[in-house]
Amino acid sequence: MSILVNKDTKVIVQGFTGKEGSFHAEQCMAYGTKIVGGVTPNKGGQEHLGQPVFNTVKEAVETTGATVSMIFVPPAFVADAVMEAADAGIDLAVIITEGAPVRDMQAAKAYATKHNMKTIGPNCPGIITAEECKIGIMPGMIFKKGNVGLISKSGTLTYEGANQVVKEGFGISTAVGIGGDPIIGLSYKQLLPMFEADPETHCIVMIGEIGGDLEIQAAAYIKEHITKPVVAFIAGQTAPKGKRMGHAGAIISGSAGTAAEKMAALEAAGVTVVVSPAEIGKAVTKAMAK
Amino acid sequence: MNIHEYQAKQIFKKYGVPTPRGIIASTPAQAAINASELGGDIWVVKAQIHAGGRGLGGGVKLARSIDEVRTLASEILGMTLVTHQTGPEGKLVQKVYIEEGADIKAELYLGVVLDRAKEMPVIMASTEGGMDIETVAENTPEKIIKVAVDPAIGFQGFHGRELAFGLGLPKEEQGKFIKFAAALYKVYMENDAEMIEINPLIKTASGDFMALDGKMGFDDSALGRHPEIEDMRDISEEDADEREAAQYGLSYISLDGEIGCMVNGAGLAMGTMDTINYMGGTPANFLDVGGSANAQTVAKGFEIILKNPKVKAIFVNIFGGIVRCDRIANGILEATKLTDVNVPVIVRLDGTNASEAAEILKNANISNIIVATDLGDGAAKAVAAAKGE
Repeated sequence: MSILVNKDTKVIVQGFTGKEGSFHAEQCMAYGTKIVGGVTPNKGGQEHLGQPVFNTVKEAVETTGATVSMIFVPPAFVADAVMEAADAGIDLAVIITEGAPVRDMQAAKAYATKHNMKTIGPNCPGIITAEECKIGIMPGMIFKKGNVGLISKSGTLTYEGANQVVKEGFGISTAVGIGGDPIIGLSYKQLLPMFEADPETHCIVMIGEIGGDLEIQAAAYIKEHITKPVVAFIAGQTAPKGKRMGHAGAIISGSAGTAAEKMAALEAAGVTVVVSPAEIGKAVTKAMAK
Repeated sequence: MNIHEYQAKQIFKKYGVPTPRGIIASTPAQAAINASELGGDIWVVKAQIHAGGRGLGGGVKLARSIDEVRTLASEILGMTLVTHQTGPEGKLVQKVYIEEGADIKAELYLGVVLDRAKEMPVIMASTEGGMDIETVAENTPEKIIKVAVDPAIGFQGFHGRELAFGLGLPKEEQGKFIKFAAALYKVYMENDAEMIEINPLIKTASGDFMALDGKMGFDDSALGRHPEIEDMRDISEEDADEREAAQYGLSYISLDGEIGCMVNGAGLAMGTMDTINYMGGTPANFLDVGGSANAQTVAKGFEIILKNPKVKAIFVNIFGGIVRCDRIANGILEATKLTDVNVPVIVRLDGTNASEAAEILKNANISNIIVATDLGDGAAKAVAAAKGE
């Protein structure tokens, strides 16, 4: 078990033949991901990395039976690509591209939701079920199989967290990088119940950051519904107000979205909140011993 | 990206959002000419900087003659205006906006921002115009009316009525106000704005609504499709170091502390600052070298960090995914050749090609490079080094 994706998941790549798309599709295949084809308009009928290329997502889905799409198209085309995937009946779109306009994502997500398509990202490392399926750009070698589920807005903190968990002698069930844009797909609140229901996951690590209130929503959900131990870190305790900290959504507007309020809400929900990401591994060890 | 009030008002006008008439000036002589061109017997001289609170800081003044316009413009132009939003260093005023006086009967507030929880734009209105809206939100939240608009249907009559009734506007004023709000929503959507704020929006004696102020910020990711807005960029309003860093693909923000940070990834960069703070040190900056870091960008990062004379140590914290650690190690060596790195550099490289990187640093044998094993170890060593231990 795991959540959302596993060794049998059939994946297509939108933006398959581009530089980024090619490089990462190849890495994913090497990890074991079942990439069954890709989409690049006007390259339909060709073969790329030993897999068929299609002009449209619809054709790709009809021919290959893919249920997940990994999106690498340039920022201005992300919304179009996401909506095409939703229209073609894809179940989950993993959007890696950074820099998609917010207005585009608003429309694309609303359309995806209407078509029951889940999305992850944009501007994220993707999703990985350890030693089975990697859909994204994370370094696969650090994700050893185990019983810790991980949800993170930040790419490198996902790696940092996973690495510490593995060094402590545990491993990862599934890790999801949800991205730090103002509008994102699946968030803590949707992923927490999946991990709660997954028998392979015994403990959940959630990594958040300043900006927005997704972590506050997560805290309320955890308090009511999550029985598994949760370890959390919120990045940006030392971030100044009103400054965008790298991620488009990582900004304290006025007095809202601070690390302090998120940490307090999570603590009140019974979550083990660590002050430094260097403490994640040790906190997981404690949580797993319970 | 943010723009000036006079620029926001240019955009407002295009969409039929009423504003007082005004003309921009960069010299006192031009200010006087503008005033006579506008006509009338009362004018407002307004400093143009990217910060609120200009009135309280002395950057907005009323003039009752052309001579007074000239005098006030000469006082305001060239002044360093300090407001609660500029920081203690203030901002240099290079332009003044000369505007016709308005007959103010009431001051309201109207703004549009993205509601991240609802994932749609929200229009905010309040009868408490002229006040800091943050303060209103904190003390009297019931005085802010919020109406979310689903872009799939756009601004409808009911949205307008909710706002108008919420503000308690009499029947004869509702139509004009709703038209105003609808136009402002259009400005927001069509220009990929991130926020618009009109504070105050005034009601004149004749019962008209007018944007007396105008503040706009834009989604940086969408500027590519709005070249006319990109043209409004005023680089003198932006931090020179942040701008220089951005040209090299680095995301840099300067802070008050003593430990320079160079990290890959925004989350880990914040996490590194937090860890330094937790261990008793103070971060001097946020710096995300991004996913395509190479020797040149790392060297540039060192150069920018070292411009800050307060920096007593540098902590390089890289978790290599796509970024290969050996490239970063070579970048650090390159940087020590290109720039005079005269402070201890604590280096933690983990992930892809970490062992090759360790070998490179070891063989280089540079005295002020200290290798750390993990994030906690690195932060502790950086804090100790900054204290001279």
